[in-house]
Parts: sequence; structure tokens; C-alpha cells
Amino acid sequence: MLDKNGIAIRIAKEVRDGMFVNLGIGIPTLVANFIPKGYNIELQSENGILGMGPFPFEGEEDADLINAGKQTVTLLPGASIFDSAMSFGMIRSQKVDLTILGAMEVSENGDIANWKIPGKMVKGMGGAMDLVASAKNIIVAMQHVNKAGESKLLPHCTLPLTGVKCVKKIVTELAVLDVLPQGGFKLLERAPGVSVEQIKNATLGKLIIEGEIPEMIF
Amino acid sequence: MIRRVVANAEEALKGIEDGMTLMVGGFGLCGIPENSIAALVRKGTKNLTCISNNAGVDDFGLGLLLQTRQIKKMISSYVGENAEFERQMLSGELEVDLVPQGTLATRCLAAGYGMPVVYTPAGVGTEIANGKEVRNFNGKEYLMEEAFHADFAIVKAWKGDEAGNLIYKSTARNFNPMMAMAGKITIAEVEILVPAGELDPDHIHTPGIYVHRIFQGEKYEKRIEQRTVRKRA
Repeated sequence: MLDKNGIAIRIAKEVRDGMFVNLGIGIPTLVANFIPKGYNIELQSENGILGMGPFPFEGEEDADLINAGKQTVTLLPGASIFDSAMSFGMIRSQKVDLTILGAMEVSENGDIANWKIPGKMVKGMGGAMDLVASAKNIIVAMQHVNKAGESKLLPHCTLPLTGVKCVKKIVTELAVLDVLPQGGFKLLERAPGVSVEQIKNATLGKLIIEGEIPEMIF
Repeated sequence: MIRRVVANAEEALKGIEDGMTLMVGGFGLCGIPENSIAALVRKGTKNLTCISNNAGVDDFGLGLLLQTRQIKKMISSYVGENAEFERQMLSGELEVDLVPQGTLATRCLAAGYGMPVVYTPAGVGTEIANGKEVRNFNGKEYLMEEAFHADFAIVKAWKGDEAGNLIYKSTARNFNPMMAMAGKITIAEVEILVPAGELDPDHIHTPGIYVHRIFQGEKYEKRIEQRTVRKRA
């Protein structure tokens, strides 16, 4: 079973040299720590940065330079700053190659819910609806089951949707799965020490298992 | 040169009345018009509709206007960091319209560009599409979203000149440029106000035609919401 860093390490293997990547809050942010050395990628932050760098050294924080999670950050050489309309312009026009974000639920046809629990949590969708509606490639980083032990990979989402038919790949503490265009979660890899049976038990949506499912290699 | 300078926040806010719609620039607490918000609290204007990406935190930013119950309705994309906001929303005291962040930015931009609507794929198939026209272009569905208009837009820039030209700094730019363009009357507060001619025209982000009133803010706290740092090796 993977911890949060493990999920991030596995997702980092999906990043290709030369990509523009938008990382959501939480586990997706950790992916930045595991990009292979020698890769040139640029991180996009939807509040208006391309070429986002690591957190600043203590004492060098700049209140005017934050990421979409409102954290103080730095800029790398070649970075650029722009306004929110242009930021979502480059997202909508698919200049950003890969979007990695968290989810509360994903359905077997690629619908995603991650912004609202009616009556409980209403924080807003932020940029998530824009990102999922336009991204070329969306990878979801999340736990396979929620705190109550219920599967988050469902036939249909029960929570209000963020976007429809958009998720391409899911990485959880248990598995890597593709969401097939015709519907269904295709099991690609098992996390170290996790059995196919465990993944079956944790997946409520249609799970497609073909042949031997390899264990992830790091 | 048409001079846009006013003496202070109080003078800049003249004409803002109960029940009006205001756009307020900023992302989180970054690039918010601190001095104008403080002056609005002192002014006591009520029943405001505020279009702003966030609602501040409990004791800073638009959170200050929530505490004093001056806001009737918020139009935002993300309101997660404000307990008082959540309380007012769940109790029904505060109307809230949540709008995807890119849609919010683009609806402001449309107003500034003189276009009545934009089509965006954000929210197709979700509850925010309820009641909205959906159109298919080249095989993909888009929602029709109307331009946002505001009686006043209040923005914050780093530098400005007497003619109202603005330059923003770093990610404090965010929603400020397109909100500046969308206000019937736009108020800009700046950290540094310079005479006309001192800013390079090639470096202006917002031309003064969009800025009706400009003043230099008295002081800037620039509070950091999430101070994240790394240790020196």
C-alpha cells in the first residue's frame, strides 16, 4: 500500500519531459518533488504563474508571490506571470499538457466530484471545473476508499459533479487504473503488497481485470 | 493627460451606496485593495453584492465586511478559508453564488471587452449548468455565461501614475486587470503613485482609460495566508 508520497512518486512517472503541468492542492502538489532529474517541465499555477519553483527559503517569502493554494512560492528562470483570464485561457485552449488533481469520487465513465458535500462542505470549485472541462489529460490522485471505508471509484458519482467524462487515469494507495473511453476502471498495476482481491473489494464501479496485474515498479 | 488622482480611499469610494454591486480584486489575500476595504468598513455601506474570487479570512480582506454584515451576496469561486462566511452562508444570512474561477475571470474580461456573453466548457453537465444555454461547437458542449458588470470595481496595483495607468506586481495581478476593465467606475489603489511620464508605456498592464480614480494606499499589511518555506541546505 502506498502512502501519500508513494502516490506522488507513481504519478511523477506519468510526467514527460517538456510538459506544462498543473498540480492541484494536496497529494498532487507533492508530485513536484519527484519529477525525474534532467526533465524540463514547467508548473502552471492557475492564479497566474508558469515556471513555478519551490517554497522560498525562510525570510525570503514574498506576500505578492503565491500559488493557487495561497502558499508562498518562488519562480524559476524563464518563469512568467499573467492574469487570471489568461491563465484559464491557456488551460481552456489546452496549452497545459497535464492536470493532476484530487477527488472525492470518480465514476466508471470518468465523471469527477470534488467540490461540494451538500449540507456539509461548500468551499467552492475554485479552478477545478475549468481544469477538468478542458485538460487534455487528467490524472486523479486520491485514496481508494473514504474515511468511512466506502469506495470512491463508483458506477455513478453520488456527490455534485465537477466535470463529466474527463478523468483518464487514477492513482490510489492500492492501484493504478485507466478510465476507459467506453466506461470502466481498467486495472493496470497493484501497489506493493496489495492483491487484486483487495482492489476488487475497494472498487464499487466496474473493474476490468485482464491477465496478470503487475506490481508497481519504482 | 487626463488626471485620475484622488486624495484618499474616502474620496475614491464616493458614490458607493447601499445595494450596489462591487468587484474586488485579489486572489486569497494577495493583491487585495486593503485600504479601500478598510474605508468601506468605516463608511458602513450595506447590502453589497461583491464579486471577488475569494471572501478573505475571518479578520482580513473581505472577511472584514462580512463581520460587519455589509455584504448581502458573494459571487466567488472559492470561499474555504472563512469560518464566519460559512456560518452566514449555512444560516441563510448570506447569499452565495459559486462560479468556476476561469468563468469568473472571463465574465469580467467580457465586460471589459464589451462582449455580452462568453461560451465556456467549465461546468457542462454539473449543477452550475442549470438554467443556462448549452451550445455545441465543433463537437464539444459549452455553457453560455453572461458578462459581469459592477457599479464599482476596486482593484490594487503595485505602481500607478496620475493618468490611472497601472502596473501589477507578481501574482498580485490575478483578477485585478480584468476587474479594472469591468467596473462602471473603477477605483485603483496603488503602493506607489508616480507622475505621468514615469511609467514606460510599454509596461502598462491596465491603461488609465479603465481607471477613473487612483490613490496611493496609506499602508499595506500584505498578510500571507499560507507561509510555506524550505530550510537552507
